[in-house]
Amino acid sequence: MSSATDERAQATGAPVPPLGTVGFLRWMWRQFTSMRTALILLFLLALASIPGSVLPQRGTNPIRVEEWLSANPSIGPALDRLGFFDVYASPWFASVYLLLFISLIGCVLPRTRQHWRAMLAPPPGAPRRLERLPVHDEVRSSDDVDAVLAAAGSYLKSRRWRVRMGESPAADGGDGSRWVAAEKGYSRETGNLVFHLALVFVLIAVAIGGLFGWKGNVIVREGGGFSNSLTQYDAWGGGRLVSPDSLAPFSITLDRFNVDFERGPAQRGAPRLFQADVTYRAQPGARPVQTTIEVNEPLEVDGAKVFLVGHGYAPHFIVKDPSGAVVFDDSVVFLPQDGNFTSTGVIKVPDAKPALGLNGMFLPTASLDPVRGGVSTFPGPDNPVVFLSAFRGDMGLDSGVPQSVYRLDTSRMQKVGLKALAPGDSWTLPNNSGTVEFTGFQRWASFQIAYDPGKGLALAAAALAIAGLMLSLFVRRRRIWVKVVPATEGGTLIAIAGLAKNEAADLPDDVAQIAAHLTSTSEESRA
Amino acid sequence: MTSVELAQFSNAAVYATMLSLSLAMVCFAVAFALGRRRPAATAAGVEQVTAAEGTTAVLTRTTTVAASEADPGRRWANVGMSLTWLSFAMLLIGVVLRGIWAGRVPWGNMYEFSITAALGILGVFLVLSIGRDLRWLGLFVVIPALLTLGLAVTVLYTEAAQLVPALKSYWLLIHVSAAIICSGAFTLAAATAGLSLLRSRAERRAAGAEVTGWLNRVPSADRLRTMTNRIIAFTFPLWTFAVVAGAIWAENAWGRYWGWDPKETWAFITWVVFAAYLHARSTAGWRGDRASWIVIAGWLAFMINYFGVNIFVNSLHSYAGM
Repeated sequence: MSSATDERAQATGAPVPPLGTVGFLRWMWRQFTSMRTALILLFLLALASIPGSVLPQRGTNPIRVEEWLSANPSIGPALDRLGFFDVYASPWFASVYLLLFISLIGCVLPRTRQHWRAMLAPPPGAPRRLERLPVHDEVRSSDDVDAVLAAAGSYLKSRRWRVRMGESPAADGGDGSRWVAAEKGYSRETGNLVFHLALVFVLIAVAIGGLFGWKGNVIVREGGGFSNSLTQYDAWGGGRLVSPDSLAPFSITLDRFNVDFERGPAQRGAPRLFQADVTYRAQPGARPVQTTIEVNEPLEVDGAKVFLVGHGYAPHFIVKDPSGAVVFDDSVVFLPQDGNFTSTGVIKVPDAKPALGLNGMFLPTASLDPVRGGVSTFPGPDNPVVFLSAFRGDMGLDSGVPQSVYRLDTSRMQKVGLKALAPGDSWTLPNNSGTVEFTGFQRWASFQIAYDPGKGLALAAAALAIAGLMLSLFVRRRRIWVKVVPATEGGTLIAIAGLAKNEAADLPDDVAQIAAHLTSTSEESRA
Repeated sequence: MTSVELAQFSNAAVYATMLSLSLAMVCFAVAFALGRRRPAATAAGVEQVTAAEGTTAVLTRTTTVAASEADPGRRWANVGMSLTWLSFAMLLIGVVLRGIWAGRVPWGNMYEFSITAALGILGVFLVLSIGRDLRWLGLFVVIPALLTLGLAVTVLYTEAAQLVPALKSYWLLIHVSAAIICSGAFTLAAATAGLSLLRSRAERRAAGAEVTGWLNRVPSADRLRTMTNRIIAFTFPLWTFAVVAGAIWAENAWGRYWGWDPKETWAFITWVVFAAYLHARSTAGWRGDRASWIVIAGWLAFMINYFGVNIFVNSLHSYAGM
């Protein structure tokens, strides 16, 4: 991104000039905004991104981070302190890209000023000796000088060159010729600057999303619903400037969850259809609207998007105490553990005396594996079976410590039995201490609700970046001079030359075409 | 045609492509072994001859030297080019039939990505070869295409099946087709960059004299670098588009346009490395071999993203179907 003079200075290994503080700072700044620094920072950015793709990250998979930490107790904590499990939010990653952006701005702003001036300035006059330029040609025309100049000027203008007519009078030490100077391809630099500035806007958009956006996850059973407030979410994260009290007041009910799996031999068990039939209200009391949410087809409410991100089974249980009174009657969300939806969950019955806790494993299509025991062989509910192990004792619900609904703390409980149940089966607990009935199952869907006010800007900036990039890579800045002098034997001698700032493959064609055009109307002869 | 026949035809077309590509590879290799002199004429029939006073050059019109057609190496290379066209046509049939068999775009698993990527490599090469003499590059295009197909039919083969719901989107068409063209173009650029490194070493050893050996048939290191630069200049905006299209799709499918999923991370790394290449091209001291090394690094990042992330890493993009 540096100018040509910077590069020359660097190429010759310019020593630090013996300047004062201001001069030294200016020199530092010029080094910092140079192309070489940008290059080094780009390499650093690429390198700094790698660990986040190799190590599990808190942002995407916090559970695997904990697993990794417990599996690597020696280096894990050290890496954790250095931010290796949240690379893209770590200070060292941020410092690389912030430095890169500062270097970028420090380079782009002066170049914008420079480019602005260049766009206002007329194309530079013809050099004295055109035959020294990389691409040149000489032709003769029988027309006079005025006619040739006019023809060259209008030809170039019609092809959207910027044209300047001029002369180099012999009185001023010139060669007495008259010429047309033309320049084209300013949009190359325009595109380049637009591209870099657009990247700054992408960064701003990301920052807006980070500060004002929020994201929540919620699991909803069929028939159940939730409303968009913090307490209803299983997990919620928002930017620093989000007020959790002012979330859009919509609510959603999951009416039915439709799911279908591949039954053919190829990719058996792969998902084929996930579809949530939902009813939502934009505000309390608003007209309910029925719709479906699918993967790739989120629901948009009040600027927030509701995505379907997962699903599973919620087996339904009825627990009765020895007297036959119902102490528990609900479906329980079980979390899938593998591709065939072997799912685990916990039933907590504090109202039983003493308190009853059940660890459950739900197999939608159960089969008995001689080594692994009961496994699920298909994600669809072809042969649903639930394995339960019952515990009695203190579940720790009164301890005041928040508990996961998916874990049973059995440290102060006693195991009382183990049983496999099919839908409709009932299990009488040992010592006639009550019954557990597995009545069937529902499905649940998990939704992610996301609000990102920066995404529109991000998209616009990305589109602008691509447009700028294409201009800066496809357009070629080039100059052409047509110099015309009267020939001694009558007619005119025309020298044409082209110069490209960047390598321009079609410059010889440009020169050849204008040569052909200027000779086409007269008897032509090549010099 | 029944579904089984379609499948058989598709697979047969892929195997036939591999056979014809192997023959093309032999032809291109023989061409290198036989021929000693690269003919002087360039594609446009116009050669820029560098004159003594530095960068100045004059336009001279040269005609294609008829005698060079008698060069036996050239004839082998011509057969190689014809076989490459034939391979492209057969592979195109194979990919299309695969799509008809599956009843969708043929980009549902890694086998399908790979045969389409091989098609992309051949396609980009053949399009570029129109109006240019790229016979010297043939060998270095046929080899990666053949390796990709070999991996596809042996390791990655999957029966056609429906798409998983996450892939059911028209963005699949946009995002994946752009990425596949990029895979072909990046591979081509890595080939020319690699050749430019070999050639520039040979030029240094020759110390001003003519380069001998098979590298004699390859354009000068400078021309190879120019070619690499043009390919990247075309591919980098397309890759940017592929990444942005992926981000739009991700926003629609997962609720965020960027989430540092390993696939996204390596796409970003690839993007940054090629951005570094473009900067290197205008940084003193970086234009030559160093820039070529950056292209190879960028291509490696792309390959890590394709093979490494699809197969070994737990990613949202794990659609290998294996």
